[in-house]
Amino acid sequence: MKPPAFDYLRAATLDEVLEALWEGGSDARILAGGQSLLPMLNMRLARPSVLVDVMHVDALRQVTASGDALKIGAAVRQAQIEHRADLVGELPLLAAAIPWVGHMQTRASGTLCGSVAHADPSAEIPLVLLALLGSVHLRSRKQRRTLKADDFFTGMMATARADQEVIEAISFPLARPDTGYAFREVGRRHGDFAIVACAAVVDRKGARLAVGGVADMPMARPLPLPEEGSALDDALETFAWDLNARDDLHATARYRRELVRRLGRQVIEEAVRRRDGVTPPPTGHQQDAA
Amino acid sequence: MPRLSATSRHPVSFTLNGRPVRGEAEPRLLLHDFLRHVIGATGTHVGCEHGVCGACTVQIDGAPVRSCLRLAVQSDGAEIRTVEGLAPSPERLAILQESFREHHGLQCGFCTAGILMSLDAFLRGNPDPTEAAIREVLSGHLCRCTGYTPIVAAAMTAAARLRAEEPSHA
Ligand SMILES: Cc1cc2nc3c(=O)[nH]c(=O)nc-3n(C[C@@H](O)[C@H](O)[C@H](O)COP(=O)(O)OP(=O)(O)OC[C@H]3O[C@@H](n4cnc5c(N)ncnc54)[C@H](O)[C@@H]3O)c2cc1C
Ligand code: FES
Ligand code: FES
Repeated sequence: MKPPAFDYLRAATLDEVLEALWEGGSDARILAGGQSLLPMLNMRLARPSVLVDVMHVDALRQVTASGDALKIGAAVRQAQIEHRADLVGELPLLAAAIPWVGHMQTRASGTLCGSVAHADPSAEIPLVLLALLGSVHLRSRKQRRTLKADDFFTGMMATARADQEVIEAISFPLARPDTGYAFREVGRRHGDFAIVACAAVVDRKGARLAVGGVADMPMARPLPLPEEGSALDDALETFAWDLNARDDLHATARYRRELVRRLGRQVIEEAVRRRDGVTPPPTGHQQDAA
Repeated sequence: MPRLSATSRHPVSFTLNGRPVRGEAEPRLLLHDFLRHVIGATGTHVGCEHGVCGACTVQIDGAPVRSCLRLAVQSDGAEIRTVEGLAPSPERLAILQESFREHHGLQCGFCTAGILMSLDAFLRGNPDPTEAAIREVLSGHLCRCTGYTPIVAAAMTAAARLRAEEPSHA
């Protein structure tokens, strides 16, 4: 349970990060909060030749609310965003989901960009990014590009990021008027990875539901509003089957499909109530979301 | 800091419980091994070595962090607190430790150092916590002996005493 040998580079500038990735290719790994990478190293599931620590690069520590999005740099820790003064107003969905990301002790280290880079199919931050159709800002020595969340996640812990690219930042579209947001998760214990997690965004025209923990990556699709007869239940049934759930140690495929149907309806109904101002926005504490 | 080579040892220095410490570490050396084997501070315990059990929790720059998921070289320049830094003097326990003793918040004590470091950090920012909030903090720790109920009671008692002691926090 000790990591294999690797070089360590504490980058001081973004250029150093880009240079090291350019030279190292797939043998180089970004080290951000280390909450997924260090367990993988300790269990010898990864053997990089160099770790490039991005946490001391000032340019990657920025959090900017500009126009209609909150842009969060690669060196910003989850706890910092969780405790942001107006997170509930700016990003009610992220405020509701972030207390479910591991534990206080892992959020004090882990970054949001690291979670998106790691792309665990049960992870909450990729789910929220997909539900809101946020963006991933990638940069290598040669180019900069921005991908929408649905083009970024490509499979089981697989993304469109090239080995030479760093995720410079991710952006979440800010809360829109006349729109409701809701998040719920079922897990074995608080802090465990989700068996199923659902995030809903509802406006006057329709709903968008994102589901994590079922397919090999978070998946989202538009769904009808609950008032329109059985249309929502039928659409949830189709979605639940399309997600192609599998049995594993934690839950059966059938249980997961049932959760998609039930939790899916619950979050959409909750988001409708929030849109209509019937229930206040989530406070970010897990007791309220459960 | 230049690129540190995998095969040699490099100087690492940080503040441990208010005092400067230094030693040498290969890049792959985990912080808890550095604390225990290089510095000789064995109060921090090690369980799972993959972030799940919480035994190794220390405070880095004020925040509770797994020392099994931190490299010694990453910690260069940091401000680190461990269980050895809690008691105000060798004859006196901290309020939080005293409450653990009264409520039987520990049996074998394997998990205790990590739990104390999490609770100490949490209570500083949340002087008047609910029991649910304490349980949420404890979700990041495994204790195989106590069943957690005495730990929750100890944390609630400590919070009340700390509020009485420092009215500015109330
Ligand atoms: C006990 C425990 C419970 C957890 N529970 C949950 C949970 O319930 N939900 C959840 O979502 N997560 C959970 N996690 C994982 C979460 O804590 C991690 O923080 C997150 O997955 C990764 O972020 P990080 O900053 O720690 O990244 P690291 O571990 O440093 O990196 C993870 C991966 O992403 C790459 N990477 C990191 N940053 C970048 C970047 N900017 N550009 C390109 N590549 C990058 C790294 O090279 C590595 O491959 C848990 C972890 C632990 C230890
Ligand atoms: S030893 Fe670090 S969390 Fe278990
Ligand atoms: S007191 Fe023995 S594990 Fe907690």
